[in-house]
Amino acid sequence: MPFRWVKSPFPKGTYYFSGNEAAAEGAIAAGCRFYAGYPITPSSELMERIAVRLKEVGGVFIQMEDEIASISATIGASWAGAKAMTATSGPGFSLMQESIGYAAFTETPCVIVDVQRAGPCTGQATKVGSGDIMQAKWGSHGDYQVIALSPWSSQEMYDLTLRAFNLSEQYRVPAMVMADEAVGHLRETIRVAPRVEVWDRKKKKGGAPFDIEGEDGVPPMAAFGEGERLSVTGSTHDAYGFRKTDDPEVHARLVGRINQKILNHKRSIIETEDYLLEDAEVALIAYGFTARTSLYAVKRLRKEGQKIGMLRLKTLWPFSDERVAEVGKKVKRIMVPEMNLGQVAGEVKRCVVCDVISLSQTNGEVIGPELLIETLKKI
Amino acid sequence: MVRALEKYIRPGVKATPFCPGCGHGILMGLILRAIDDLKMDMKKMLFVSGIGCAAWIPSPHYNGDTLHTLHGRALAFATGAKLYNPDLCVMVVSGDGDLSSIGGNHLIHAARRNIDLKVICANNMIYGMTGGQVASTTPRGSKTSTTGEGNPFRPFDLCKLVEGAGATYVARFSVTQPVSLIDSIKKAILHVGFSFIEVLSPCPTQFGRRNRLDRPDEMMKDLIQRCILEQEAEGLTEEEKAEKIITGEFLS
Repeated sequence: MPFRWVKSPFPKGTYYFSGNEAAAEGAIAAGCRFYAGYPITPSSELMERIAVRLKEVGGVFIQMEDEIASISATIGASWAGAKAMTATSGPGFSLMQESIGYAAFTETPCVIVDVQRAGPCTGQATKVGSGDIMQAKWGSHGDYQVIALSPWSSQEMYDLTLRAFNLSEQYRVPAMVMADEAVGHLRETIRVAPRVEVWDRKKKKGGAPFDIEGEDGVPPMAAFGEGERLSVTGSTHDAYGFRKTDDPEVHARLVGRINQKILNHKRSIIETEDYLLEDAEVALIAYGFTARTSLYAVKRLRKEGQKIGMLRLKTLWPFSDERVAEVGKKVKRIMVPEMNLGQVAGEVKRCVVCDVISLSQTNGEVIGPELLIETLKKI
Repeated sequence: MVRALEKYIRPGVKATPFCPGCGHGILMGLILRAIDDLKMDMKKMLFVSGIGCAAWIPSPHYNGDTLHTLHGRALAFATGAKLYNPDLCVMVVSGDGDLSSIGGNHLIHAARRNIDLKVICANNMIYGMTGGQVASTTPRGSKTSTTGEGNPFRPFDLCKLVEGAGATYVARFSVTQPVSLIDSIKKAILHVGFSFIEVLSPCPTQFGRRNRLDRPDEMMKDLIQRCILEQEAEGLTEEEKAEKIITGEFLS
């Protein structure tokens, strides 16, 4: 099998970590051995920790001159054979978009942790937001797919960063951890298991690096220096990496494949969690830190006799169309609380016919349970 | 000689992509001659390029690993690959606009870090692929599709720029000085640290025809006349020097 169980590099046990520190540990556990980054609040603690940890495990750390260089060096290292990552926040994430498109089109595994802050622009650098959700999906030009996960705890900063590496290696796609400032700076206990499941990119001597190999639509990927004489380009290319910039068939086929290889595996990529949804008449659909306060509100209102539940999205992209549609059929109303002006609410509306209420808050603060309870009592 | 270099060309490559009279084809051959002289193992060579005509010198033509990246970002991609696998011999071949304009920040920082990258900047003093717009290397007064009255700004001296930033091998030659250039490329390959060679390469299609050098041979003759060695420049007045391009090894 392409995955294997390895001993956790961090000894089994419980630890008290901030989300950003936990993400660095998750990366190391996944086998990350290259990090290139640029300082930005509120993500910098991740870089500071991984700088120390990579030295301990024999990896490479470099602080680059900007975020464009950081993601570009990450992609270069990935082709040299590394499990590689970078981390940033909104302004840096904006700068990285062209290279993210390059990684998607050249099918380069890499992980980007975006610890979102209140935007747009420089916004409020130390305050929370989740305004980058649509940018994660649509930020680079052209049609492509990425995988984006949404952690709600320090534990999940560890678990989902590890999973992002695995998915990225398995599907040769950029994988993002769409954290937010509140989760990044949250300090809480995490549990590290004795063994972790780790995926590695497929290799096949002489295999075409840019065409379908096997059932999953993901071609094998050699590294530079292995004698495969790779030709990698961000221009439209054939199975062996030759530029084909005026062949309509090659372009349509390549764009189709890099999208389908992700969409065909939605079932194994997407993870959601149900909370008290069995008999619910109202459902909250939440993600990231907001899902924590949402769950609190749900439990409080349950005690008061309201039939209310919650669907938590652990995967944001590809979007959980099917699960959201199922929930939409069972409940009368859905409310989507989020720290942006309804980016995920719009996706939910696309999937369901019941009422969808978008509860937006864009003041740089987390959405507290009071506001949720008050709003839910009114509807 | 040409047959002897065939093994360095990726199977399946059929023709040069460059315009008649372009200097990039000459440079493409000279790099391979340097590699051949040193008996480099192409399986351990990685060629990184950005976007533009010069970026097509290695990609996909050279039969090693080639990484054709984004406009301006070749050095950042190369930095990642070299740091993770120091056994690779990483050569960056790209144009003046790519390396020094959109990629200028990466250029000075890569030089500052003195990472072992061999950078060959094919300088045709113009944006060739996009139709002949003014570049950061276009001489003052030269006509381009965006400076019809002549470029009002002074160009970068790329060698001084990278030397000031921390490069440890710096040279400038023209494709009309093939023997010196091959020798210089060999030195850059053997040098451990950030090596930078600015290679003057004529673009009759976009630069020449707007600047009274319509024919490829006129551009070549112009380069032959203007490119002089440092020692030859010593006796010249400032006015005379302004007409010339000083070539040679500036730091080795």
